[in-house]
Amino acid sequence: MTMSPKKITIALVGNPNSGKTTVFNNLTGARQHVGNWPGVTVERKEGNCSYQDYNINAVDLPGVYSLTAYSPDEVIARNFIVNEKPEVVVDIVDASNLERNLYLTVQLIELGVNLVVALNMTDIAKSRDYTINVDKLSELLGAPVVPMIASRKKGTEELLKQIVAEFEGKTNTSKIKLYYGSELEEHINELETIISGDEKLSHQFPPRWLAIKLLEEDKEVLQKIRGGTIRHEEILQAKDKSIAHLRSVLGDDAETIIAEERYGFISGLLKDVLKKPPIEPLTPSDKIDKVLVHRWLSIPIFLALMYGMFQFVFTLSVPFMDWIDGFFGWLGGYVSGVSPGWLGSLLADGIIGGVGSVLIFIPPIFLLFIATAFLEDCGYMARAAFIMDRLMHRIGLHGRSFIPMILGFGCNVAAIMACRTIEDPKDRLTTMLINPFMSCGARLPIYVLLASAFFTAHRGLVVFSMYLIGITVAIIMALILRRSILKGPSGHFVMELPPYRLPTITGVLVHMWERGRTFLIRAGTRIFGVVVLVWLLSSLPWGVEYASAGSVIGRIGSFIAPVLAPAGFDQWQAAVSLAFGFLAKEVVVGTMGAIFAVEEGVLGGAIATQLGWTPLIAFAFMVFCLLYVPCVASIATIRSETNSWRWAGFAALYTIVVAWIAATIVFQIGGLFI
Amino acid sequence: MNNHCLPLAMTAPGELVTISEISAGPGLQKKLADMGFTPGVQMRVINVQAPGPVLIDLRGSRVALGQGIAQKIAVKKV
Repeated sequence: MTMSPKKITIALVGNPNSGKTTVFNNLTGARQHVGNWPGVTVERKEGNCSYQDYNINAVDLPGVYSLTAYSPDEVIARNFIVNEKPEVVVDIVDASNLERNLYLTVQLIELGVNLVVALNMTDIAKSRDYTINVDKLSELLGAPVVPMIASRKKGTEELLKQIVAEFEGKTNTSKIKLYYGSELEEHINELETIISGDEKLSHQFPPRWLAIKLLEEDKEVLQKIRGGTIRHEEILQAKDKSIAHLRSVLGDDAETIIAEERYGFISGLLKDVLKKPPIEPLTPSDKIDKVLVHRWLSIPIFLALMYGMFQFVFTLSVPFMDWIDGFFGWLGGYVSGVSPGWLGSLLADGIIGGVGSVLIFIPPIFLLFIATAFLEDCGYMARAAFIMDRLMHRIGLHGRSFIPMILGFGCNVAAIMACRTIEDPKDRLTTMLINPFMSCGARLPIYVLLASAFFTAHRGLVVFSMYLIGITVAIIMALILRRSILKGPSGHFVMELPPYRLPTITGVLVHMWERGRTFLIRAGTRIFGVVVLVWLLSSLPWGVEYASAGSVIGRIGSFIAPVLAPAGFDQWQAAVSLAFGFLAKEVVVGTMGAIFAVEEGVLGGAIATQLGWTPLIAFAFMVFCLLYVPCVASIATIRSETNSWRWAGFAALYTIVVAWIAATIVFQIGGLFI
Repeated sequence: MNNHCLPLAMTAPGELVTISEISAGPGLQKKLADMGFTPGVQMRVINVQAPGPVLIDLRGSRVALGQGIAQKIAVKKV
C-alpha cells in the first residue's frame, strides 16, 4: 500500500545577498507560484518539491537582516514565521560573512523555531582562507548546519535530508537558549512568568520571545499585547518598570544591551568555530571599490556606465525591432487582403496597427530591464547610492533615494515599490512623487516615433534630451517639495553594501521577467482593449469616415484639444492619444497607430503630414508625454504604497500641471527663436 | 569625554577605530545597535567622501553611513 506523501511547510529566510533565491530555485525548480503578500505589494514566492515520502512546500520570505520589524519586508518575514508557524525554517547564511548573518539566526533561535541552517557560499569563505568547524557551529546553535554552494547546486540533497530530519525531530542537536546575562535574565524571566499566566497569549507566541521583544519595546508586539490579553496593563507596567530599572543599573536602553548580548554571543561562538587569517587582506570587492567609489573617479565612472547601458540597450534592440516591424507590416497587409470589410478594418487598422506599434518596443524595454537587473544583482546599484549621497543631500534626500530613480528608467511601478527601503516617510514620499519624471521604457516608443519623423539627423540627441529634462524636472520638484509640503531634514542614510558578484544569467533573466511580465500582460490586455475601443470610437457613428473629426473619438478629442492649444498640439488626435495615454504611456503611440490606421514604420510620417506638426510642436508634445501621469499602474502603486488616495491624486494632478507648464514653455519660448 | 575621541566622519580611509559612544535618537540608536554598531566594536574605515558619507568594514560587512550619522558616532583610533 502506498502512503500519501506527508506535507511539510518550510520558510526560507536569510539576509539579502545570502543566495536565498538561488537555494529556493534549487529546491523548487520551475514549480513556483508568485503571488502577493496580503495587504502589501511584496511578492510572495512559493514552490513545491518532493523528497522521499514528503511533499515540501517552500515559501521564500523577503531578504532581511533582522526580525525587528522596521520595514515592511521585515514585518512580512516575521509575521509569517510567528503567525503561520512553518514546520521548519531554513536560514540561509553567508559563510563568508558569518558575524553579520548569524544575527538573524540568533533571532530565529529566540523564536524557538525548528531551524535548519544552510551555510551557503562556503567556496567564497574558503577562498578567503576561512576554516569553519561545521559540527561545532551546529552544536553551539542547536540546529543542523548544512554546508552548501548554491550557485553550483551543491548541498541541496543534504539540506532536504536535514529539513525532513528536523521535521521528524530526528536531528542530533537540541535547541539552545540564548543567555542575556544575569541582570537581563532576571527581568526576562519575570515578564515571561506574567505572560505565561495568560494561556491564550502564551499559546500563540513563545512567552520568552514576547518578554525579550517587550524589553526591546517592539511596536508590533506592544500592539499584540494591548489587543491580545486582558492582562495587558499588568504586563506593560512590569515592562516599564524593568526598562527603567535596567537603564539605571546598566546605563543603557534594554534594546541596546540586548543587541550587544546577541553580538556578544556570536563573537564568543565564532572564536570556537571560525579560523581566519589574522590580518584580513582587502577583499576583491574592496579592491574594486577603490576605483568605483573613488572620491573623484566615481561619478565620471557612473556616468560612463549609464551611457554604456543606454548604448547597449539601443544598439542591441535595433535588429530585433526591425524583425518585429517587418512581421507586423507583412501581417497587416496579409490580413487586410484576406478579410475585407469592417473585420479587416478592425484587424488591420485597429489591432495590428495599434498593438503592433507597441509590441515593437519590447526589445528595448526588456533590455533596459536586463541592464537594471544586472546593475542591481552585481552590487553596483548600492554603490551608486553611496557615491550619490552627497549630491542627493543637496536636494533634501539621501543616497537610498537614488536607486529608485535609476530603476525608474526601466519602469516607474517597480521603482516606486523600491522606495519601500527608504525609512523616513517624507523622504520616501518625495522619492515616490518625483519618480514619474524619470523616463520609463514605455515612453521610449513616443520619443523614437517622433524623433525619427521630425529630427532625423539629431534623433539620438533629442531622445537623450528627454531623459535629461526628466532628471532636471525631478530635481527641481524635489527641491520644491522639500521646501513646501514635505518640509523637514532628510532622514538617515545607513545601508549595507553587498560584495560585488557576477550575476548569474538565470538570475538576471528571472529578475527581468518579473518586471517584463507586467509589461507584456499590459500590452496584451489593456493596450489591446484600448486599441479596440479606439477603433470602435473612430468608426462610430456608423457610416462616418474612419477616424475623422466627425467620429465619436474626433468629437471627444475636439472637446479636450483647446486646453492644449498654448502648448501647440491642439489637434483632436493628439488630445485623444494623451487621454488614452493615462492607461499607459505606450498607448499614446498605439492610439495614434489606430487613428491613422498605419503601422509603426510609416506612422511618424502620417503624423507629420496629417497633423501639420513642426519639429517644435513634436518636441513640446514629447515633453508633455515625458512629464504627465506615467500610467494608472504607477498611480495605483503610489496609492497602495502610501495607503492614501490623496497622495495618489496629488501625484496625478501635479504631474499634469507640470507637464502642461513645461510643454507650453517649450512651445512659446521656442516659437520666439524659430 | 575622552580626548582621543573623534567623530567617525573625521577619520581617514584605512584607519582602525573602536566605537566609544553613539549619541543618536532612540529609533536610530536601536537600528544601529541591530546592525552591529555597539560600543567597543572595532571597525575599519574604507572610504570617506567628506563632506559626505563614510564606508566602513563592520563585523565583516561593508556599511555606508551618511555624514549626519557619522558625526554622531564617536570613535577612538586603535
